[in-house]
Amino acid sequence: MSYTKLSALDIAQKVQAGELKALDMLEASLAQIQAVDGDFGQLDGQVTDPNTDKKVHAFISLTKDLALAQAEAVDAKVQKGEDAGLLAGVPVSIKDIFALDGTVTTAASRMLHNYRAPYTATAVQKLIDAGALIVGKVNLDEFTFGSSNESSAYQPASNNPWNTAHVPGGSSGGSAAAVAAEETPLSLGTDTGGSIRQPAAFCGVVGLKPSYGRISRYGLIAFASSLDCPGPLARNVPDAALMLQVMAGSDQRDENTSILPVPNYLEAIQQDVKGLRIGLSPDYAGIAYPNPETGAFEVIPVQREVNQAVLDAAECLAKLGAEIVEDVPMPHTRYGIPVYFVVSRIEAASNLNRMDGVKYGFSVVDPKDLQDLYRRTRSEGFGMQPKLRILMGAYLSASSKNLNYYQLASQVRAMVRKDFDLAFDATAAHRLDALLTPTTPTSAFKRAELFGDSVLMQYADQMTVSVNHAGLPAVTVPAGLDDAGLPIGIQLIGNDFREDTILRVANAYEQVTSDAAWRKVRPMALQEVK
Amino acid sequence: MKDYEIIIGLETHIQLNTETKIFCNCKADSWEAEPNTNICPVCTGQPGVLPRLNEEAVRKGALLAAAMNAEINPRSLFDRKHYFYPDLPKSFQITQLFEPIGKGGYLDLHMADGETRRVRINKMHLEEDAGKTKLEHGQRMVDLNRGGVPLVEMVTEPDLRSGEEAAQYLTQLRELLRWIGVSEADMERGHLRCDANVSIREKGSSVLNTKTEIKNVNSIDSVRQAITLEAKRQIELVEAGGVVEPYTLDWDADTGKLSMMRSKEAEADYRYFREPDLRPVVLSEAEIAEIKASLPELPYVRRQRFVDDYQLSAYDAEILTSERGLSDYFEQAVALYAKDAKTISNWMMNDLIRLMNDTGKTARELVLQPQALAEIVRLLDDGKINAATGKSLLVKVEESGKSPAAIVEEEGLGLIADADSLRTQIEAILAGAPSEVAAFRGGKESLMGWFVGQVMRSTGGKADPKLTREILQELLKE
Repeated sequence: MSYTKLSALDIAQKVQAGELKALDMLEASLAQIQAVDGDFGQLDGQVTDPNTDKKVHAFISLTKDLALAQAEAVDAKVQKGEDAGLLAGVPVSIKDIFALDGTVTTAASRMLHNYRAPYTATAVQKLIDAGALIVGKVNLDEFTFGSSNESSAYQPASNNPWNTAHVPGGSSGGSAAAVAAEETPLSLGTDTGGSIRQPAAFCGVVGLKPSYGRISRYGLIAFASSLDCPGPLARNVPDAALMLQVMAGSDQRDENTSILPVPNYLEAIQQDVKGLRIGLSPDYAGIAYPNPETGAFEVIPVQREVNQAVLDAAECLAKLGAEIVEDVPMPHTRYGIPVYFVVSRIEAASNLNRMDGVKYGFSVVDPKDLQDLYRRTRSEGFGMQPKLRILMGAYLSASSKNLNYYQLASQVRAMVRKDFDLAFDATAAHRLDALLTPTTPTSAFKRAELFGDSVLMQYADQMTVSVNHAGLPAVTVPAGLDDAGLPIGIQLIGNDFREDTILRVANAYEQVTSDAAWRKVRPMALQEVK
Repeated sequence: MKDYEIIIGLETHIQLNTETKIFCNCKADSWEAEPNTNICPVCTGQPGVLPRLNEEAVRKGALLAAAMNAEINPRSLFDRKHYFYPDLPKSFQITQLFEPIGKGGYLDLHMADGETRRVRINKMHLEEDAGKTKLEHGQRMVDLNRGGVPLVEMVTEPDLRSGEEAAQYLTQLRELLRWIGVSEADMERGHLRCDANVSIREKGSSVLNTKTEIKNVNSIDSVRQAITLEAKRQIELVEAGGVVEPYTLDWDADTGKLSMMRSKEAEADYRYFREPDLRPVVLSEAEIAEIKASLPELPYVRRQRFVDDYQLSAYDAEILTSERGLSDYFEQAVALYAKDAKTISNWMMNDLIRLMNDTGKTARELVLQPQALAEIVRLLDDGKINAATGKSLLVKVEESGKSPAAIVEEEGLGLIADADSLRTQIEAILAGAPSEVAAFRGGKESLMGWFVGQVMRSTGGKADPKLTREILQELLKE
């Protein structure tokens, strides 16, 4: 059996036991990348590989020297009988939106193509401290702005390992693709409106968006500061729990991190689900979409197989002793995307202001004057998505507006949150422990199918975005394949800082479906690798 | 010519003297540091960094609000103010617009003519300083050492009416900042910076006419001169039928001239919104009470109390309250001395301040602490030393750190208070001056002074004058 099929838990355990060398594990991971990844995403790159369409293209850059040094350090510790860490010898890929001291951190944008971070993100540092091997940086939508990876300035962007004609989702598409294609068992992603969960669902892997403040954002190049969450992508629930365990906790560098103690997730997920109350909501059965002519909401039902997967999962959990609570009203779910258009755009436009060509990153040569430096740097350095978001953010936050959109959106955001408060309230009608929903309305769409329609692309996040508004944790787990053979994900949403509960339910579901026929199917990109 | 009045509002930026910058761990003070040596990922606005609020900056900002008679906001918030400039690394400044640390407030100016003028505060908030840019060899150079230093921006209502009043405002503000210990308030070093808004109107009118803004008026003299000059320009312009335009003017302190920087056509759009990376700054009732309680007695109040309680002259009271440490020194010395305050005041006004000037130390930094000063004055009162010795003791204590009594003992500076040995010496002097003795006994009692002088000369000034007199009286009566 190839090492790359091992779970992170198994790798760490074998490495610590001396049964597997971290160096060998690293080699296996690099060999798998060599076999399936093809050309890395590059700026203005020329694609020469005739088979490029069949490759995964998860990576932008490798950090081999770093990983090698980490592997040697882990092996040396094991040799001396020391504790080599929870992630001893586990290869991990990092979404190229996290600062890693001394490495180029591009955010998949021309704007930062030459930006060498002078410091390391807290989440990445915690992985390193736990013995992980940081093998490289993976692709994403430019500055995380997108749900398909196609907006990356680093092409070819990632493909979906299950069917490389389809997108891996986004923005953490490179992370999901790398994990699904067994390049790294774990990947660090970020989730602002669904950017971990949607690609995880599209690529048939587990993706966890933790509660806001559970993992430090320090070193995550900000998209929307009040929504961004770093989180794990993994091939199974215990691995996601393990990675969360390592990264969770308060950080003096991020005021918004919580000081609540971090529970033992690996223990918590071993408990059964008897008596847990799991909700289903009619408001997650379709995408509510305002008709651009009339403004009236129209509902497009989610894909048939996706809906069926949710119902099947509910049945499975009921058999395990969970109580299924139907018809939980989540009436403000439909406002999630409009509110997101305001909050995320205003914050994004502000966060991107610092990209001015003065201190780092892309900068035009021989500007006429300061204005020329700013204008040309930003118009040549940013791709379409950042430009659209800056324009909309600037428009919405302009003082000439009579309305304070940000404040209004924050009020609606509080109403979205209130739906969850009621659903989870231990003294109210539903008293949920988790809400079970589809992760995405459809399985992975084809490349170029939606790209260019920013609005439609955005509405694909409706199942995931409310959780970001509310700051709650949510996990997506694979729940079958659709008729086209593409993965389907189901989402479990929990109360504040109850990652332990949703991971416990997810784990029970994963266990009980471990023998399902669909779990035996291998992604297309792997079938061709011997 | 019509009768005009000048309407002035001042906008000040006050650097707080915190240990570290407002959102990172860099030192706040970069004085004389090489450019870009006191910086970190946070204050250079690297992608991915987050601010973390320095609580000392909040406490000092709140203390200033209390000192300005403003309400301390129990829940203040930070906002982002967006504009592009090379010295602003994030291209937004973290500041407070909607819920600032202080609300309202005022400063009462005590003018030379005895009048008091109340200057109301329009806004007072915490923010981060920007870096600096300068042109060098045709290139614009950026130094971010100052970026992220905590500032309080404080803006007055248009309540000032002359360059003199504006100067008085800055003088009192500077004194207050140092007094409560929130800023070094050194204008030359940019700890206290000032812009002045100036307009004119006919006396009796209540309209606010178009104003001009004078930048870089960074000394008290500059404020007085620049405002006076600008008001004169506006009056002459209006008298000649012209219209005041909303210019921004630059003050050049070297030439004493104002030059136009730019015309303010439209207000820039700063696209303010709430800073999502920082939590609300919440101060409990108890914390606010504690901050208010920690506010020391303010200079003007203390000055008045010195006049009332210690019967000091207004002049002495002013000098002794020119600095908080000095006024504390005075009160401690008075308490230890436990006799009349005027004596301590005299010693401080004449000798202690000279010692401070000579050593370049503040009252707090002196080795000679109030205990020693009180002891010296008491030694003098008790006839143990003479006045000249007392004065020399100040320097000796400062230099050696020893107690005054120990120095007197070691160096034999004490007065001869041994009656027997003094009597023997006086007898010898009288024996050598028979004609003077005869004249005295014959009624020429004014010779007493001459005898005392002789005794002093022969003892090198160490004879206790009181005892000398007593022995002389006794021996001359015979």
